[in-house]
Formats: sequence, structure tokens, C-alpha cells
Amino acid sequence: MPSHASRLLHMLVPAALVCASFPAMAADPVKLGLLEDASGNFAIATIGKIHATQLAVEEINAKGGIMGRPIKLIAYDTQSDNTKFQELARRLIQTDKVDVIFGAFSSASREAIRPIMDRAKQMYWYNNQYEGGVCDSNVFVTGAVPEQQFSTLIPWMMEKYGKKVYTIAADYNFGQISAEWVRNIVKENGGQIVGEEFIPLSVSQFGQTIQNIQKAKPDFVMTLLVGANQASYYEQQVSANLNLPMGSSVNVGQAYEHKRFKAPALKDMYVTANYVEEVDSPASNDFKKRFHAKFPDEPYINQEAANAYDAVYLYKAAVEKAQSTDQKKVREAIEAGGICTEGAQGKVCMDPKSHHASHTIYLVHVKEDHSVEIPKVWDDVQPYWLSQVGCDLTAKPDRKQYTPSNPPKKS
Amino acid sequence: MTALATIYSLIYQFGDNFAYLVLAALGLAIIFGMMGVINLAHGEFIMCGAYVTIVTAKQGLPLPLAMLLGALAAALAGIVIERLVIRHLYDRLFDSVVATWAISLIVQQSMLLLAGPSIEGISTPFGSFVFGEYSFSVYRAILPVVAIGILAALYWLFFRTNYGICARATMQNARMAQCLGLRTDRLYSLTFALGAGLAGLTGALYAPTMTAVPTMGTNFIVQAFVSVVVGGANVIAGTTPAAGILAIIQTALTASYGQLFGQIGLLLTVIIVIRLMPQGLGHLFGRSR
Repeated sequence: MPSHASRLLHMLVPAALVCASFPAMAADPVKLGLLEDASGNFAIATIGKIHATQLAVEEINAKGGIMGRPIKLIAYDTQSDNTKFQELARRLIQTDKVDVIFGAFSSASREAIRPIMDRAKQMYWYNNQYEGGVCDSNVFVTGAVPEQQFSTLIPWMMEKYGKKVYTIAADYNFGQISAEWVRNIVKENGGQIVGEEFIPLSVSQFGQTIQNIQKAKPDFVMTLLVGANQASYYEQQVSANLNLPMGSSVNVGQAYEHKRFKAPALKDMYVTANYVEEVDSPASNDFKKRFHAKFPDEPYINQEAANAYDAVYLYKAAVEKAQSTDQKKVREAIEAGGICTEGAQGKVCMDPKSHHASHTIYLVHVKEDHSVEIPKVWDDVQPYWLSQVGCDLTAKPDRKQYTPSNPPKKS
Repeated sequence: MTALATIYSLIYQFGDNFAYLVLAALGLAIIFGMMGVINLAHGEFIMCGAYVTIVTAKQGLPLPLAMLLGALAAALAGIVIERLVIRHLYDRLFDSVVATWAISLIVQQSMLLLAGPSIEGISTPFGSFVFGEYSFSVYRAILPVVAIGILAALYWLFFRTNYGICARATMQNARMAQCLGLRTDRLYSLTFALGAGLAGLTGALYAPTMTAVPTMGTNFIVQAFVSVVVGGANVIAGTTPAAGILAIIQTALTASYGQLFGQIGLLLTVIIVIRLMPQGLGHLFGRSR
């Protein structure tokens, strides 16, 4: 019992402090906690995210901060380790008493810290594309979700290449739920799943998988592979001459496989991303210029870097609208609607009901020499699924993750 | 033809798994078997071999030479680490575990800071061939043959050369060997270098087929430890049959139930072997020799 009581106290103290101290000390910094993997299996995709957050914070501070208050970035390296995520999330909440927490790359680490955020009613932004469905009053998502990535990509690929699809996916919540989305969308469009395989994150040898694919003879392969280990698939499939087009929601836009592997390992890979470095628009070029001015050695500016950058500006817009960093007021400001920013991809707005962001979706095609073309762009794609199935955080607080096979209960 | 292709496919997968298990384990097995040191920095020697191979191959060196250089670089790194750290920790099993683990962390992080989260790889050479409804990578079909070649070379080294006799004498009774005039410290140094160099060679051989990242060595660690634990301390008579049996289990399970069950099978085998034969398979085969 005492531990319960002290935990309650721990939760109440920061809340009380923030409420009590805010009017008195207006020039105090806004504390932004950042939990990202600067090392480990996911570091390739997340180092750019950290840099993008630093860039946005620096820009905002140079222009006077948020309502005259500078942003103080408190960043920890979570080492691609879910336990570290939980430890450091508690530290940010209890010791650093931050106003908002950004972070996490893998869905497993997000789900590891989400309960901690919920218990402390801590505002938390997940700036990453993912498998969708998180309907949580305390969580805000600026990455793209399946209805934005798959319902654009899969019909396009089925029309171009054929209706038989083979899915290989990383074996954790991201891969499992994404594969479910692929299954549904393929079926809706009159196609057929000829095979489905889930690969543990530690696997880097794909001999058997490649042969299973050859046996099933699909028209294209959906590769939902995550992490440095699984990225070995591309070199191995090309050396076995699999020669099938690939579709994905995670490749190129996150770990820039087309830059890291020798051509033609990623030949005919199609990805729907809300940003890649190759986007040639004034907003994107301007973003790249500022990014490279601060980080000249950045190997690639990926989709999640753009999302992390936008997230800081979205948070700023929300705080300015609320005229406070009080977490409840900021949330209410976002739920009142109209929180938008102009980022590298174009205009991004927060959906009040589901706390997710609208996106411009680029169809990215990797050619044989690994140069990239963008044959199609979908403007202003809404994250519609959650509100369609009944998630409305403005009316009904919630803290669950829903999937197509497990939608919210109608009440 | 279809049946034949399926059978060949199984043989190919078995060879692929066997090569991976044997090559992952060899360096670890030698250092553990000969010196009683559990080298947790094993993966980093593999990474070292792979990185040197990739970098030198990109400089225009022919791939076989680049691979040799990768192995040599890892062996050199092994000598340095043996002189600086391992030498002081013989007969202190737990201390050497902690120390090599520290080396592993330091090397991984330094590589991340030095070379970034990833370097561009090199393509797998030799292309592919078609058999029935399947197509296979030529390079990966050759790898098991290379693995067997390395095993044969090791057999020759340990049983037919002067170094081999001295090394085995030192392994059996270090003090007696010393009394007979063997410079055991130099033998330890050489053996550690041999183990590190073999790990480097593994990294070099797999460099064209994998993502080059600072953590790539950890990909091999599970397979390496599984083979060594199942095989026991005997390098040739332990690791080889262990890898063979594990590869059969992994191939069968992966082919019928998918990758996850292949991995589970490996780990279950270890548990069963530790329970029934704590000394490992090598004990079984070694006694009959």
C-alpha cells in the first residue's frame, strides 16, 4: 500500500508543481523530453529524428521560443531497448518533470512506455509511421498510418503488377497488425494473399523465406521488415535472383536502404512515405538546406526526421493556442482542431478526434540503379480509420490500441 | 524435376545453415576450447573482419584479398587485445567474461561514432543459378564448401603441425608444457589471434550478404554460443557435429513451420543437450578418438 501511495504522490507532485509555478515564472524553459535510439538495432533510422528535433528546437529558440520561453531539450539514448525506454520515461516524468515527451521508433517500445505515460497523464508524442490504431487521450501521433500508406500503395501495385501478394513481416505488433491491414486491403480489391511469413527481429538469414516466395509465385512481395538485421533480406533476395517487385510502408523512408545497399538490391521497391529526401519541392529543399547547414554529415534525411521536426512545431502551435504548457490545456487546444504546420512534406494538421496527423503521401519508386522517382502524390490524406470505427477522444477518453479485427466496441 | 528441386532446396538450406553455424562458432570455440576464455567480444571480431573487407574491397582490392585482409585485421586486433587485457585474466573465467563484454560494448559504440550507423555494403558476387522452380545464390551455395575447407585446414593445423602439437599440449596441461620448455604465453597469444582471425574471416565471408552495421556481430552470437555449448570444448570433434545436427533441426523446422520455430528449435536443443550431456557432443565424439 505505501508504495501505491508514494507512486500517487510522485504523479501528483509534478502536476502540482507545474500548475503552481507556471504563472510565477513565465521565462522558465519549456521542457521537452526526448526518448530515441541513438544506438542499437534501430539507430540508423532514428539518429536523423534526433537531429531533426534538435534543429526545430534551435530554430524556435532563435526566434524567441514558445511564448517567450525557450525550449529545453532533455534527450536520452534508449539504445533500442524497451527496458531502457521504461526506465528513462519514468525519469523524464518523475525527475526531470518535463512538459511533453517525444520519442520511440519501434511500436514495441511505444507500447512499453504508453502505460507509463497514461498512468502519469503525461502528454506523449509518437513521431513515427506505425501500424495505426492507438486511440489514447495522452498520445499524439505525427507519423503516417496504414490507411494513409496501404490504401494508397496496395491498389496501385495490384493494378500495375497483379493480384497475388506475399507478405513478409517483422514478428512483433507492428508487423502483425500491418500484415492484417495488407490482408484486408488485398481482399477488398479482389486479390489473393498467396503467403504470409513473420520473421523474428533477430533473424538475418533469409534463404528459406526466399524459396518459400519462389514456390508461392506471387506478383509482388510486401516487405514489412524492420531493423538492421532484417535489412539483409534485400541483398540476399537479389543474389538469389528473386526478381519480384516489392511494396513497403517502412523501407527507404526510414533506413534509406537504397543508399546503403549496392544496386540493384532494392530494384522495383515501392514505398508510400510522407517524406523522403528526394522530394523536390521548395519546402523540402529549404528544409534540406537548413538541415545540412546544422548537420553537414547527415547521410540521409528520412521520413521520421520530417515527422519529428513537424511535431515540435505542432506542439508549439498547440501551446500558443492554449496559452499554457499545462498538459490538459494543450490537449484541449489540439482537440479543438486547427493545429497545423507547414513542414518539409507540405501542410500537416492534427485530427482532433484521433490525435493523428494528416499527410501528403508520396509513392516512392526505387529504380534499378537505386535512383528514386515519385510517380504519384496523394495530397492531404486524412487518418480516417480510427474516427470511422468510433474513436473520438474529444468526447470519450480512451487509452487503447485498436486493430481492424479488434475495433472499438460500439456503445 | 519438382521433387528433385525440392530435395536440392533442402540440401542447399541445410548447407547454408551449417555454414552459418560452423563459421559463427569456430573462433569462439577455439578461444574457449584451447584457453578457457569465454570471449563475449566475438561478435566484434566478426564485425571488424566484415568492415575491413568492405572498405578495402571498395578501394578496388579483389574480393578474396579483401577478405584475407579482413581476417588478418581481426587477428591483429586479437593479438592487441590479448596482450592488453586477456593475458591478465587467464584462469579468471568470470572476470574475462565481464572484460570481453566491456570490449564488445566499447568497440560497438566507437564504431557507431566513428563510421556512423551503417556503411554501404558490397554486392554478393557470382550471381545466381536456376534449378527447377527455384533460383539460388551461387555464392551461398559455395559457402558450406568453404566452411568444410576451413575445418579441414584447422584439422591439419592442430594434428599435423608443430604449433598444433604445442597448442594441444598447452591445453591439456599448461604447467607441464611450460616445464618442458614451451613458451605458453606465446602459444596463448597465437591461439587467441587464430580465434579472432577466424571470427574475422567469418565476418569477411558474410560481408557481401549482410547489412554492414556496428551491431552486425550480434547476429552471429546466438548461433555461435548455441554451437559451442552443444559441441563442447573440443573444436573439431565438437563444433562440427554440433553444427551439423543443429543445422538439420533448424532446416527442418524452418522449412515446415517458419523462421520463428527454427530459432526456437536451436534454443530447445541447447537446453536438452545441457541437461543430458553437460560436457557437450564433443565429449561423446572425443572419447572414441
